[in-house]
Amino acid sequence: MSGAYNFAYLDEQTKRMLRRALLKAVAIPGYQVPFASRDMPLPYGWGTGGIQVTAAVLGQDDVLKVIDQGADDTTNAVSIRAFFRKTAGVATTERTAEATVIQTRHRIPERPLHAGQILVFQVPIPEPLRFLEPRERETRRMHGLADYGAMHVKLYEDVARMGRITTSFAYPVKVAGRYVMDPSPIPKFDNPKLHDCPALQLFGAGREKRVYAIPPHTTVESLDFEDHPFEVQRWDRPCGLCGSTDSYLDEVVTDDQGGRLFCCSDTDFCRERRDRMDEGR
Amino acid sequence: MGRIAAGLADPVHDAQMQFRDLLWAMSRPGSVVVLRGGLPAPPEPLVPAAYALLLGLVDGESPVWLDGDHPDASRSIRFHTGASMVAEPGQAAFAVVTRASGLLPLERFAQGSHDYPDRSCTVILQVDHLAAGAGLKLRGPGIAGTARLEIGGAPEGLVPGLQANRRRFPLGVDLVLAAGRSIACLPRSTDVEA
Amino acid sequence: MYVAVKGGERAIRNAHRWLAEERRGDPDLPELDPAQLREQLALGCDRVMNEGSLYDPDLAALALKQARGDTVEAAFLLRAFRTTLPRLLSSVPVETAGMRVTRRVSATFKDIPGGQILGPTFDYTHRLLDETLGGTDAEIAPAAVAEQPVDPVVPRVLDILDADGMIQPEPAAAEGEPTDLTREPLLFPVGRDAWLQNLARGDEGFVFALGYSTQRGFGSTHPFVGELRVGTVDLVVEPEELGFPIVIGEVELTECEMVNQFLGSKTEPPQFTRGYGLVFGHQERKAMGMALVDRALRNAADGQEQRGPAMDQEFVLYHSDNVQASGFVEHLKLPHYVDFQGELETIRRMREAAAREEGGE
Repeated sequence: MSGAYNFAYLDEQTKRMLRRALLKAVAIPGYQVPFASRDMPLPYGWGTGGIQVTAAVLGQDDVLKVIDQGADDTTNAVSIRAFFRKTAGVATTERTAEATVIQTRHRIPERPLHAGQILVFQVPIPEPLRFLEPRERETRRMHGLADYGAMHVKLYEDVARMGRITTSFAYPVKVAGRYVMDPSPIPKFDNPKLHDCPALQLFGAGREKRVYAIPPHTTVESLDFEDHPFEVQRWDRPCGLCGSTDSYLDEVVTDDQGGRLFCCSDTDFCRERRDRMDEGR
Repeated sequence: MGRIAAGLADPVHDAQMQFRDLLWAMSRPGSVVVLRGGLPAPPEPLVPAAYALLLGLVDGESPVWLDGDHPDASRSIRFHTGASMVAEPGQAAFAVVTRASGLLPLERFAQGSHDYPDRSCTVILQVDHLAAGAGLKLRGPGIAGTARLEIGGAPEGLVPGLQANRRRFPLGVDLVLAAGRSIACLPRSTDVEA
Repeated sequence: MYVAVKGGERAIRNAHRWLAEERRGDPDLPELDPAQLREQLALGCDRVMNEGSLYDPDLAALALKQARGDTVEAAFLLRAFRTTLPRLLSSVPVETAGMRVTRRVSATFKDIPGGQILGPTFDYTHRLLDETLGGTDAEIAPAAVAEQPVDPVVPRVLDILDADGMIQPEPAAAEGEPTDLTREPLLFPVGRDAWLQNLARGDEGFVFALGYSTQRGFGSTHPFVGELRVGTVDLVVEPEELGFPIVIGEVELTECEMVNQFLGSKTEPPQFTRGYGLVFGHQERKAMGMALVDRALRNAADGQEQRGPAMDQEFVLYHSDNVQASGFVEHLKLPHYVDFQGELETIRRMREAAAREEGGE
């Protein structure tokens, strides 16, 4: 652990500011709390919000897991894990079951989370209405009045033009019946995991300076229509490595002859299944 | 002037653990948590949990209101945190109600605005004891089904006050109940039934 | 069996070693000392200090060396260092009327009290490559020293206009600490203190281009350079426990005051208005761009019709920061295959549905 910096990099005043914001985020589920995001030693857009949230909650006894695209070994996950090993000296793991704090970009682990865990999402654009209305003053007003008509119109235009809702990731949700929230760019496959989750879910957007939260066991509904209910991605084949039929699959191009391999994006989930298959043999 | 009580023995790690305990309690309304780490002997009339949470959470950017003239508490908090003490409850980011009988109408504290409901007060209410599993019936985010919380020495009118607070959602205040070393939370999102 | 790519940690380590090798370049050539950059690439260091939001020429030079001359990357290095520094106290407002000027020009008057001082400027140089700089230790003829020294206090040109009531008076400074965007989030509508700080930290190219756009009709400014001055000022603090001011150092600044015509309103007579730019070091383009955008934002805040992006607070202030911009644009290099897979699946299903419909017809 390097001596020049405080535990987990951030100074205590910054942590207090973040902690106060996180408490309000939990008390108002799905509402984006502005916070005084700091310049971090990693680039904006690469997880500065997630890193600040993780630094604000992390303690010496925590076991940290960091994933990007569901994988522990993607370069940015490796880099963020190394950052906290160096600045906080905490234990790290690749095993979802063993982690107490999991920082993620773009996925929710396949293995159900438990109450002792905190899931920290890295968020690029926290405002679900941003692509309908670029002005913050306007989107704030819309949230204040729960004026979400424009969002339904946008989704319905999809249905009218394409016969389905074409949003496949960062699919908007309504939290505890009040705020419409961006779940970060997770595939909509992961949306059902947000609902009634036993773990606390925290979201950090560094560049946009917002944090928000879903407390455990909170109702989270993906926006849809009676005649076009929300549905998740599915694949016509199982994982080529572990045989799972209910996990999110990556498509890996294996040659230039059109060869493809479909395998779990959650590398720990896939490994665990393969280990069990080996034991069974 | 008042006497200055001791601060956190390990400001980094005690504050972190106690924040995590508070985060647990705030995200699971009605659950009773005993704060971990070192809790310094509080100045009169604060209980250990209330004092420790203030030491770990407030600073020059978060004004504090106390329910009356408590020179020891006021001086200790100012000395250790740099927080300003305000006389108007509506200006406080954190308020401490030390005597259960002294709870103000909750709408006297900052409620936030429709654009910024987070600009609202966190009220620490000192009570005699807290126990989960009996008492008030709670529902809402953070609760699987129903939870129950018994508050010993709750001020009169607390339940209707909390119900009115719930109706103002997303505006409102968030309550942290403190008894000795224990805390429990009732954020504005919780439905409370006697 | 297929094995996914592994070894991120080792690859990253090696990439960083390679970067260090490239930074050094040909080892047969002498290595640069940051002090050389500070002295000989001083304007580059000034830009790094502005966008890095920290006045420290030595660290700016080090950052510029570490970033291989990439000023945006160097500003990022400086920001990430700055963010860890304790905030001890705020200085009292700097008094630019007391600036020890090295350069000072006004376009609004032929001559001004204190005189026009050209100083070390590129203006009026012919941009011809100078081959004598190609070697080392080129002989330089020293500049002549003026017979009459510059006045110790050079009055600001706009104060002269102000005395005649010809320019809109500046509102008195707000009570208390000014906004600090590094400690508070940007919340709209923002006040002038916050937007000036934002512009001073903003990307030079972005701020300058926005200023330029206001001259071409995307905004409503018709500016004159009331005054542009460069020089050093004292930095004064007044700690509460001391009760009196003390000088803790000096900084080099560039200040630009633009003058704009204002035809008057129901409540105000016709007069001139101003736009203000103040930046670290010798950064004329940045200070002028800032002054133009400041005016455009004030016009918008005063309720004038929005005529271009420079008048749009959210557009300007959300997109001026190049550390934020480069991070977010460059994050597109990170893996996005999970979301891409989701889109692939959606497009395939839509194509299948379309093909079925066609087949059915």
